Amino acid sequence: MSSDARARAYYPALNALGLIIMIFGLLMGFPLVVSAVLGDGATLAYDQGLFVTFVAGLLLWAATRSKRRDLRVHDGFLLVAATWVVLPLFGALPLLAYIPDLGFTDAYFEAVSGLTATGATVLTGLEHLPISINLWRTFMHWVGGMGVIVLVVAILPLLGIGGRQLYKAEVPTPMKDSSLTPRIAETAKGLWLTYVLLTIACGFSLWWAGLAPWDAVIHAFSVAGLGGFSNRDASLGHFDSVGVELVTAGFALLAGLNYATHYLALVRRSSAPYRRDPEIPFYFGVLALSTLMLTAYLLAQGIFTDFGEALRYVAFHVVSISTSLGLATHDYTLWPMFAQIWILFLGSFVACSGSTGGGIKMMRAMILYKQVIREIVRSLHPNAVRPVRMGRNPVPEHILHAVLGFSFMYMVSIVSLTLVLSAAGLELVTAFSAVVACLNNTGPGLGLVGPASNYQGLDDLHKWVLCFAMILGRLEIFTFLVVLTPTFWRR
Amino acid sequence: MKIIILGAGQVGASVAENLVSEANDITLVDTSEEYLGALRERLEIRTVCGNGASPRVLREAGADDADLLIAVTQSDQTNLCACRIAKALFNLPTRIARLRSTDYVDHPELLDDDNFAVDFSICPEQVVTDYIKRLIAFPEALQVLEFADGVVSLIGVRAFEGGPLVGHPLKALRFHLPNVEVRIAAIYRNGEPIMPEGDTIILPGDEVFCLAATVHIRQVMRELRRSDRPMRRIMIAGGGNIGFRLAQSIEENHHVKILELNRTRAEMLASHLSNALVLRGDSTDEKLLETEGIDETDLFVALTNDEEDNIMSASLAKRMGARRTLALINRKSYVDLVQGGPIDIAISPAHTSIGTLLAHVRRGDVVAVHSLRRGAAEALEIIAHGSSKDSKVVGRPIEQIALPRGASIGAVVRDEKNEEGRVVRREVIIPHHDTVIREDDHVIVFCTNKKLVQKVEKLFQVGFHFL
Repeated sequence: MSSDARARAYYPALNALGLIIMIFGLLMGFPLVVSAVLGDGATLAYDQGLFVTFVAGLLLWAATRSKRRDLRVHDGFLLVAATWVVLPLFGALPLLAYIPDLGFTDAYFEAVSGLTATGATVLTGLEHLPISINLWRTFMHWVGGMGVIVLVVAILPLLGIGGRQLYKAEVPTPMKDSSLTPRIAETAKGLWLTYVLLTIACGFSLWWAGLAPWDAVIHAFSVAGLGGFSNRDASLGHFDSVGVELVTAGFALLAGLNYATHYLALVRRSSAPYRRDPEIPFYFGVLALSTLMLTAYLLAQGIFTDFGEALRYVAFHVVSISTSLGLATHDYTLWPMFAQIWILFLGSFVACSGSTGGGIKMMRAMILYKQVIREIVRSLHPNAVRPVRMGRNPVPEHILHAVLGFSFMYMVSIVSLTLVLSAAGLELVTAFSAVVACLNNTGPGLGLVGPASNYQGLDDLHKWVLCFAMILGRLEIFTFLVVLTPTFWRR
Repeated sequence: MKIIILGAGQVGASVAENLVSEANDITLVDTSEEYLGALRERLEIRTVCGNGASPRVLREAGADDADLLIAVTQSDQTNLCACRIAKALFNLPTRIARLRSTDYVDHPELLDDDNFAVDFSICPEQVVTDYIKRLIAFPEALQVLEFADGVVSLIGVRAFEGGPLVGHPLKALRFHLPNVEVRIAAIYRNGEPIMPEGDTIILPGDEVFCLAATVHIRQVMRELRRSDRPMRRIMIAGGGNIGFRLAQSIEENHHVKILELNRTRAEMLASHLSNALVLRGDSTDEKLLETEGIDETDLFVALTNDEEDNIMSASLAKRMGARRTLALINRKSYVDLVQGGPIDIAISPAHTSIGTLLAHVRRGDVVAVHSLRRGAAEALEIIAHGSSKDSKVVGRPIEQIALPRGASIGAVVRDEKNEEGRVVRREVIIPHHDTVIREDDHVIVFCTNKKLVQKVEKLFQVGFHFL
């Protein structure tokens, strides 16, 4: 095969990528309008960003349109991985244009953190940035939280038959083949509609709880996408309001549930889908038990003296970190190490599958737990036949194997990336927690990258490794890893 | 009566066998000529080979002037379809269908005349399952039968050395249980029936059948043998229809293990049972039984389709230490061979389940017919109708009712109604010679011989010549 023909094999994926970039460029129209209306002086940044992005997308689209066909499995993986690597480049443009002394690495890191809904920031003095810049940061959370590809699948039927493949590659659940409606575009629309409604409700509630209108909008995007950017250096702690914290935690809890469940409940106007969702009891159970345990522990350790105060901070951070939101109201790195590690650990599995949260997801954790129980039963009763079940349904063996493989790769990723960071000179707690926080798309870690500081102090190399971790985590490892294997390129 | 039976399997064959002795015209329909041929040799019936859900086959079987259709094939769909056709094309008066799937049973409106036109539906697997469940609830009993929606029970118990009443005459029962009304309906000694009298002495090893209000059953049983520990650990061999139903209904309160050889079936069981432990393996594999703690098992239930396997696995389980064993056995000769030996209770699925079906076939208002000792004797529940003018039963004291020899009235259930006619209380009367039967009483009659059943039924029919 000539090199030209080889390159052409990637045209369908690149063609779709061009489209996605164009749409992404158009999304910059939102902060542009806001900026123009408010006159906050950032209009030019968006003019340029929008123009460059749109033209780049158009050129890519035009150059590759000679060979259009439906997307295949290979194209799907390539497109999703490429989208998540390339879009942050364009997402970084307004930041680069407005903040002249921001390096390229920092801008890209910020955009990756935005789109993957991680919420790890390298910026300080957030209060002094124009509203539209902060809006763009959390708007990226919001778009990336539910998924750029899912959005494109929802609004652009022209992706055709490949839509399901793309959807499967991006949506964060072990049950990749379950969809709400027979047509994948309808499923994507349903999810986005639910997401929009939840975001609107969140925005109004925050406003009602006392935030200024733009603060409410910015934080609503952040909470619904379970991102974690704020427009204050002190994060949500800046407002020091119990009401705001309650609303935030409440909506973070909702966003940490499976959006498919929300959608079904909304469409059927019944609470039955919630009662039938097997993840929900475990989700709330783990959160409630952790809150009680940590409250008691911190009171006993003398970190807090007042029960109400302890409950307020512990409950907020347990919810915020374990759903992978990552907003903070208090420097929890002052707590004993056990409590810090515990909430970081929660972040790796509590969010439900199909939510905007990160980590291995509650469903996989439950499947792993039940698999362990099954192995115990099997060793006592060698002839036992015992399926692993979710709710009433047995989990097919191939999904079980996929979950085991995924969890293994998740741990390998944590260990190897931690090793890379510590080889690059970071001390262990910071290295480990930064990797976990980025892989889980949580945001704040411990040590140098704790809630009281941010990722600004890290070297460029560290930031690139963490960018890799964030995308790896957002795409649930395999989608991204597939593209990095020689098998993928050896057609 | 002209009867068409669809399906010559176990259920169909035993229905035919039971009805043929009662002078009916029976046509048996099945797709397998092999089954039909074997039955034609034994019984005086006509057979038609073909699909029972086809109008042509039904016409050939004589649906035009038949009185009753009993559709008991393996397939629910065939049975439903046949009932609908029998109603629509032949206007056949009574249609009975066997329905195995609970899916249909959950929607009774599907069975009415506008839809599938099924007058009565029966599920033999469910009847056998319920029967085994009662045996688990009363671990000491050989047989537990319920009448009048469970108000009255008939139990068969083997008397054991050490039971307070064993070695004493029956009349002592009155002193032992002053507040409990109980009727000893029959005693079988070495397989032979003894007509119980006041001074009959119960010997160890006797099979005693007694009738009492269900609430008193435990007290009565305690008189005949020391109570056993309740059944906790239960092992079921065979995850077929009955095994699965049984496991499903007892897994909440018992420690259930279920053995199934077929991998696909085992996986299906495992995905539908939440507490029971499903084991894949052969029930006659002694290594497997040993690993799974057969010696600590309270009850071993062999429910596979193969009766020889059931006998072997239950015998093996008993020898390896299972406290009690129960096996599904169809052949009467096998039952006599093993019951009381290695196997504590042999259940004949055909005899157990046929009662409910026969009740619909028999004339008069027979609510239930139960076989005792696998068909040697029968117990009937009949509603008494009419008045003293036109009935040979209603308005008469028992001593004046001309019951055939060998039949006796064991209990009467009387509904007490309020002014609006709603039943407020069901009274259980253990009748004496002067008890008068009233209209609408449920009378439970015990026949030591199956041949008496017809005479008893005739007795309860309202005769117009009395007018």
